[in-house]
Amino acid sequence: MTDSVTHITPKLLNILKTVPDPEIPVLTVVDLGVVREAVVLEDGTVEVKIIPTYSGCPAMDVIGDDIVTAFAKAGMKARVKLMLSPAWSTDMISEEGRIALEKYGIAAPLDATADKAALLGNKKLVKCPQCGSKNTGLVSQFGSTACKAQFKCNDCLEPFDYFKCLK
Amino acid sequence: MDSKERDSRLRGNYILEIADNSLILGQRLGELCGHGPSLETDIALTNMSLDLLGQVRSYYQYIAQLSGEDKTEDDIAFLRTERQYKNVLLVEQPNTDFGYVITRQYFFDVFHLMLMQQLQHSKDETLSAIAKKAVKEVSYHKRFSGDWIKRLGDGTEESHERVQKAVNDLWPYTNELFEMTPEAKAAVEAGIGVDASQFKETYYKEVSELLKEATLEVPESKYFHKGGKQGIHSEHMGYILADMQYMQRTYPGMKW
Repeated sequence: MTDSVTHITPKLLNILKTVPDPEIPVLTVVDLGVVREAVVLEDGTVEVKIIPTYSGCPAMDVIGDDIVTAFAKAGMKARVKLMLSPAWSTDMISEEGRIALEKYGIAAPLDATADKAALLGNKKLVKCPQCGSKNTGLVSQFGSTACKAQFKCNDCLEPFDYFKCLK
Repeated sequence: MDSKERDSRLRGNYILEIADNSLILGQRLGELCGHGPSLETDIALTNMSLDLLGQVRSYYQYIAQLSGEDKTEDDIAFLRTERQYKNVLLVEQPNTDFGYVITRQYFFDVFHLMLMQQLQHSKDETLSAIAKKAVKEVSYHKRFSGDWIKRLGDGTEESHERVQKAVNDLWPYTNELFEMTPEAKAAVEAGIGVDASQFKETYYKEVSELLKEATLEVPESKYFHKGGKQGIHSEHMGYILADMQYMQRTYPGMKW
């Protein structure tokens, strides 16, 4: 299995798509890319394999519980396994997920080179999710959650979160 | 003890050397929650603490599994005595001021990133997976601490003086990072560990260059402290453990 491939049985996908990320609720756990596998085992139990975004991400336990609850609502018993591999990267966020992030006011991750330039404050590349201007500046490399940095827009003056590139 | 058991124990002890550094530094950074010099730095330091503690959980879960005994990650984190912790003396040094916090962090981050980059190629799949994840996180840590060394060193007279003092005081703790214990040597031989002594020169070169860029002097001291990897710690360690273990010892088996 390569890092970018997921194995999710289609009928389970619809249920998983109802589970939001607890910290960024516009993003489902599928869009975030943390669900790598979901299959029905021989005894009828659903087994879901998830990977953490960051090693210490406190949302992982909640995500596991939420997935079990979502399947319970659909009358299915599920069990969630946390895996260490593959290591999650922001490339695993789906296109729908990126659009949802921007709409929600969080700038989606740039590619690795651009990300580094932006976080070192060398170049203005991060687009303000409010007004679309690229005249933005880094406030802090670390933000309200492990996966975000803080930026501000110099044109509309709004502060905003930027989802850091992780590769 | 059969050979498989001995192998698991050796492996467990080697992983402790790596994991305990992250635990104790994570705890030190956690102490700063709500006490950082500004909101942004406060958030950054506790974010880094969270990354380190997250890595520790993965290591300890693995050690618990290797031990074959009825142990959990919490037992390993909270129920050992001081002599059983294998972290280096650097990470247990106190949060004297922001200059010390940043210098301690930078000295560790440069080493940590080099270690994780190598550990990715470990034959042990779990260690390799943990390292692959950690590399990404630690790169951010180093970027943050390195930036601040430059900012403080090349900042005001006061910040320069204070960070130089921290550099001078913490420098003697850096050499221990590269000390190879019998467990580490065995792990290298088995293809699961990393020979840290091999990147010692690169480490000092990188650190010295950044210090110079930050207009700081590179200490010339050739006297270095050691003992952490043998469980012989500085006077600060007991206080950290008292703070960290208090809840688990008062309410045995307590869970979140």
